[in-house]
Amino acid sequence: MKEPFIHPYIPNSDPEIQKEMLKDIGVTDIDDFFACIPDAQRYQGLLDLPKPYLSEVELKKHVYSIINKNTSAEELVSFLGGGCWQHHVPAICDEINSRSEFLTAYAGEPYEDHGRFQALFEYTSMMAELLDVDVVNVPTYDGSQAAATALRMACRITNRSRVIVVNTTAPDRLSVIKGYLYPDFEVIEIGHDPIIGLLDLAELENIVDETIGAVYFENPSYLGFIETQGQMISKAAHSCGALTVVYTDPSSLGILAPPSSYGADLTCGDIQPLGIHMFMGGGRGGFIGSPGDEKFIQEYPSRLFGIAPTTHGEWGFGDVAWERTSFANREDAKEFVGTAAALWGITAGVYLALMGPKGMRELGENCIKRANYAIKKMASIDNLKVPAIGKYFYKEFVVNFDETGKKVSDINDRLLERGILGGHDLSSSYPQLGQSALYCFTEIHSLDTIDRFVAELVSILKE
Amino acid sequence: MESAAYKDNKNFHQARWEEPVIFELSTPGERGIFLPTIEPEIEELAGDVFDQMPEGVIRADLPALPEMAQMRVLKHYLHLSQENLGADFNVDIGQGTCTMKYSPKINEHFVRSPKVADLHPLQDEKTMQGTLEILYQTEQFLKSISGLDRFTLQPGGGSQAILAIVSIIRAWVDAKGLADTKDEIITTIFSHPSNCAVAKVKGFKVITIYADPVTGRPDFQAFKEAVSERTAALLITNPEDIGIYNEHIQDFTDLVHAHGGLCSYDQANANGILGITRAKEANFDICFFNIHKSFSSPHGCGGPGSGVVGVKEHLIDYLPVPLISYDQRNERYYLDYDVPNSVGKIKDFYGIVPAIIRAYAWIMSLGARGLLEVARVSVLNNNYVMQKLLQMRGITAPYADGEKRIEQVRFSFEKLKEETGCGFSDVQRRICDFACHIWSSHEPFIIPEPFTIEPTESYSKKELDQYLSAIEQIIEEAYTDPDLVKKAPHNSVIHHVAEHEYLDDPELWAITWRMYQKKYDGYFIRIGVK
Repeated sequence: MKEPFIHPYIPNSDPEIQKEMLKDIGVTDIDDFFACIPDAQRYQGLLDLPKPYLSEVELKKHVYSIINKNTSAEELVSFLGGGCWQHHVPAICDEINSRSEFLTAYAGEPYEDHGRFQALFEYTSMMAELLDVDVVNVPTYDGSQAAATALRMACRITNRSRVIVVNTTAPDRLSVIKGYLYPDFEVIEIGHDPIIGLLDLAELENIVDETIGAVYFENPSYLGFIETQGQMISKAAHSCGALTVVYTDPSSLGILAPPSSYGADLTCGDIQPLGIHMFMGGGRGGFIGSPGDEKFIQEYPSRLFGIAPTTHGEWGFGDVAWERTSFANREDAKEFVGTAAALWGITAGVYLALMGPKGMRELGENCIKRANYAIKKMASIDNLKVPAIGKYFYKEFVVNFDETGKKVSDINDRLLERGILGGHDLSSSYPQLGQSALYCFTEIHSLDTIDRFVAELVSILKE
Repeated sequence: MESAAYKDNKNFHQARWEEPVIFELSTPGERGIFLPTIEPEIEELAGDVFDQMPEGVIRADLPALPEMAQMRVLKHYLHLSQENLGADFNVDIGQGTCTMKYSPKINEHFVRSPKVADLHPLQDEKTMQGTLEILYQTEQFLKSISGLDRFTLQPGGGSQAILAIVSIIRAWVDAKGLADTKDEIITTIFSHPSNCAVAKVKGFKVITIYADPVTGRPDFQAFKEAVSERTAALLITNPEDIGIYNEHIQDFTDLVHAHGGLCSYDQANANGILGITRAKEANFDICFFNIHKSFSSPHGCGGPGSGVVGVKEHLIDYLPVPLISYDQRNERYYLDYDVPNSVGKIKDFYGIVPAIIRAYAWIMSLGARGLLEVARVSVLNNNYVMQKLLQMRGITAPYADGEKRIEQVRFSFEKLKEETGCGFSDVQRRICDFACHIWSSHEPFIIPEPFTIEPTESYSKKELDQYLSAIEQIIEEAYTDPDLVKKAPHNSVIHHVAEHEYLDDPELWAITWRMYQKKYDGYFIRIGVK
């Protein structure tokens, strides 16, 4: 313990420097600073932690020895989706988000941190074009938080306390929504058509009334199909003064109509597919888009960056309507705000700038055609029901294996032996779908990859 | 020997690219990146998927995104990056409460490895054993650091950690059948505002305890009057944002426990007390740490962060799912959904994996001695800076006069403002000209003209002296040439955004470029307004 502990990450760990500083301020020992902590609260001895790897050589060896136990989706062929999707991440996205200037900055002012204000203003501006709305927030934690907050916003705007959510909502997201709205707001689930998957419009029209603040659905849905009744759902909601809240996959919006075109008042979702690695579900950011009316803007809990003039005619930036936030107004604020996902917002901005209008259109075409090709290929396999639910698809669809007499988990085990991550097993989250799996196809899946997978699946099913 | 310029950075000038907003750079026809050509076999079998779709499903127009060749996109963002001052570039001690410290570069290698970055969360657990092991082991470290019994690593930042905590408190109150009686949460004015804001979101009434005007500790008398059978929980920080350790903390937790409530310790910033004191010893039931603060994950311009929540045994059953567990018999790590009274999901999937991996590597590079040294040096640095600042004209440190502080201090420029007319915001703009910054950590405005300095362990004595020299020079300027300070910044990326109504007036604000174009023509010329 008396041996000095000098560490490259701690410049003033050198005892000589410490002595000099202590002398300078007239203190004998560093421990004197902790004299204010009563003995009963002082931790005695050293924390129970493993012996450290002080050299970078040893640390690197150690950490890689663990990381290398992973086999990534890149090393395999993956058809997993379900809210986190394997899309190509352009090299420039990684280049920009690994720049120290962005990576290590935090909450500086619009002067020395002008770059982050502008980059995030540009991100929200490009998202606004993609979503065809006037306002988009600086990212919140993830799509589920965005959905939950959008529903609370809708309830505040309408001054109502109940929301209707379709029961094809992603199960984890539904859990977040219910948890976040509780106890102030009631979440009512409504059904869907078991064949074509669409929201049960008759049930909606039956239960929507003046107590409902929002009607929420996802498009494309968690189960992959496209909800084609957007206009009618919005009409039903709006006829009772409720708002329409739509969760969407931003990667689809070069090809699919943005929710605002069929009446969504609030559009939400996750920016992960826009140039962000999957990180085992750890690379996410939530967006909320709305019209530019003040009644919407004042209900956002998130940071909103606006553009403003400077004394010298430059583009300046700053926080819009700061008093909304919990930083300014504590418990009287709109929900709460904190450190969330700004770096991923900047990254998604880079992605949208690289893709441009044509790139987003081609991305959509790639996903939709590759998925529809895969549907037709898989539908030709004996005993598979493809698609198991829904009629029109973007990049995901459900495959039912009941007639094969095999379990999804067994099929996926066999696929993995062949280097393939099969679709996500839905048998526990959607038992009504039997032995079904959610398959995902994006621009990364070439003809050869899909054909090879289909051949492997055929051979496994014959076993 | 060192040059005078090094000492005070007086010749610094930040990059000023006068970078246009990206839409102004668009040139129709340019392409930034290509997608794969769709193979003819796919085109043929997929058929004309668009024609089959009902009306209104396919987007009619292309989104009006910029059109730019690849290198132009790169250049634009590199310019913007240079117009941003990351922690790697400056003596970043002016963002008090944020714990700006060195994020080791080797840890970036780990998280950017495809083995980590390109893992899908729904992969077979067999293929994710490496990351699961790191998550599991990091939890074991956090248990040791806090003394608590189980952690969730799921929340995406400190405020979402507070959401997890208050959700646990809500679930506990409901499970115990106490929802009608236990409907209040007590917090303090110098605890992070998300504590009270989240308490409100989860349906609790909020009682805020103010600081004793002399000692700076939360007013115990007021606290005693606030605690009752209605108290569901106490959410408190210690040391609070003013850097004063409340030595009576156990009296606070004991009193809440005596009334059947829970105690949650906001340890977003635990830097000054790592290995010194723990949540367990002060009798807390719950705590959270910010991985992007004390545990070195970079702040990313405001996230992704990571907030990890620890609880005592009696609250484990309320934690969000899944937990990360280890099956000894089969020697495998797994996602554990067996949590009987779980609050469910707080966030998609399992947490900010890259941040947790960085924290793991950071702890493994320091060990117990290292963590203790982090606390010792951050406290030494803080008290060194405090003493030097208090010797300068115009600066005071309200509360606890003459006492040492832990890891940070909230100072006041009130005297400077009175004597020179230059207040906090003027100094804040001027210090940009010295390659430093001070952020607006001033809410609530209990301390007038406030600024919070948190030196952490990452800065050398020379760097601290450099920062102090910048402050000293600005103070000198305030007394001799206040206009120089008031018109600042001069050498930053841009000049003063003086007219705040553009950010506060609904008629004037423009939150996106399309909103700007609807309201303005050219440079802030209102359309349709004479």
